[in-house]
Amino acid sequence: MSQIICRDVSLGYDGQTVCEHVSFAVETGDCLCIVGDNGSGKSTLMRALLNLKSPQAGEILFGDGTRQKDIGYLPQQNDSQKDFPASVFEVVLSGCVMREDFRIFPGKKSRRSAKDALREMGLSDLGRRPFRTLSGGQQQRVLLARALCATQKILVLDEPTAGLDPQATEEMYETIRRLHRELGITIIMVTHDLSAVVRLATRVLHMSHLPTFYHNVEDYCASADFPRRKEGTNEDPAC
Amino acid sequence: MKIPLVEYFSYPFVWYLLIVGVLVSLCAALFGVVLILKRFSFIGDGLSHVAFGATAIATALSFTDNLFLVLPITVLCAVLLLKTGQHTRIKGDAAVAVVSVGALALGYLILSLNPSSSANVAGDVCDSLFGSFAILVLTPFDVWVCVILSLVVIGLFILLYHKIFAVTFDEDFARAIGVRASLYNLFLAVITAVIIVLAMNLVGSLLISALIVFPALSAMFLFRSFKKVVLCSAILSVICAVIGIFGSLMLATPIGPTIVVVDMLCFGLCFLTGKLLKK
Repeated sequence: MSQIICRDVSLGYDGQTVCEHVSFAVETGDCLCIVGDNGSGKSTLMRALLNLKSPQAGEILFGDGTRQKDIGYLPQQNDSQKDFPASVFEVVLSGCVMREDFRIFPGKKSRRSAKDALREMGLSDLGRRPFRTLSGGQQQRVLLARALCATQKILVLDEPTAGLDPQATEEMYETIRRLHRELGITIIMVTHDLSAVVRLATRVLHMSHLPTFYHNVEDYCASADFPRRKEGTNEDPAC
Repeated sequence: MKIPLVEYFSYPFVWYLLIVGVLVSLCAALFGVVLILKRFSFIGDGLSHVAFGATAIATALSFTDNLFLVLPITVLCAVLLLKTGQHTRIKGDAAVAVVSVGALALGYLILSLNPSSSANVAGDVCDSLFGSFAILVLTPFDVWVCVILSLVVIGLFILLYHKIFAVTFDEDFARAIGVRASLYNLFLAVITAVIIVLAMNLVGSLLISALIVFPALSAMFLFRSFKKVVLCSAILSVICAVIGIFGSLMLATPIGPTIVVVDMLCFGLCFLTGKLLKK
């Protein structure tokens, strides 16, 4: 059953339309990769899914017992977080603030799940470390742990490997794969990295002025939207 | 003539001063951390000028208690400034500059045109900009108003601590998981206005930002977790306020600038300590 259904959605800013007729469905257990050029509306669509922005037209529906707040979010890091005084545990715990046992102060369950999420991400020893002293890859995993505290159903990831070195990128994809396959979390990922699409995606949404939705990654790889290998590059996104 | 320190405690005005000083600096320090991290500290600065303008209007209208006019006007401007920061053509920092300079000019104009104001307009203005000796003649009513408002501010901070952290650290994430972030921003603007109005009598409108900025920045040199920074900021601020108050009583200096100078010294000390600790 579909968790999220986008029906003929149009998105834009200040009366200017970025993309039109976005239609797709996310089934439970999917890994949807959203790809496309800069300015094609990937981030805007993601903000709409998170209810940070309302679509100009069309509708976004939830099904299969999914509610808006069941969508967790891994944002791209912003500059102000680079000098923010916060311990890793404080950051992760902030993912719990809307839980039922978290009224004024965190209840036992919230603290428990923050610790579980840290363990899940392999960060148990770093709870007391200042967030800003961690490496880029570790910071991303802390933010992923925070998202896991908010929900275990759907995660929206905004270019999760932006700014990471190759090894950290590899670890990040492995983590995402594990969340998807082992914990059965539905993943929606905005990415530029085609190798990630090929490895992880079950469905692909190619954003452009008129976006195309591919029900499986093979269709996408065979389509005209899939960037072919260019002369002089070694990257061969083999399907 | 030198009075021993203990003897000050036999005067009620010293007690009033201490109560007001400790509570106001505590409020300013707690929310100072949030304002700085949210890059909102300039709004605090702008609002303090608005509070000055509003005081001038209240004086001209000969209000019995300025607070009842100054507080609503400042709160209103806080809300307006916050809203303009988001969507309008005049961007946040420019809007603050417009409002703060405008309020300053209007305030001085009103005070100097007002026939009922005393002959010493310059003195009056100086008092409200840099803190007045009127703080020495606080009435029990003033003290009660200050105590109640401060306790409300501190109480709200404790109650909403975790949500405030979530919104400050990452507003988009907080919004996405269902925290009503715009409500918290509004709340923050209103509380800032209240703190500024409270602090105005103590240090004067030009110096209020010092109470908001210095303790929080000092604490950030020393600690790297949010909770510790908040606690340290609060403790430093209260200590500086108490030292400043006694310093000004003993040296017969104006209270506001004395507290601010102590805050600055503390800031310098924390900066150096932070540098040493890092090595």
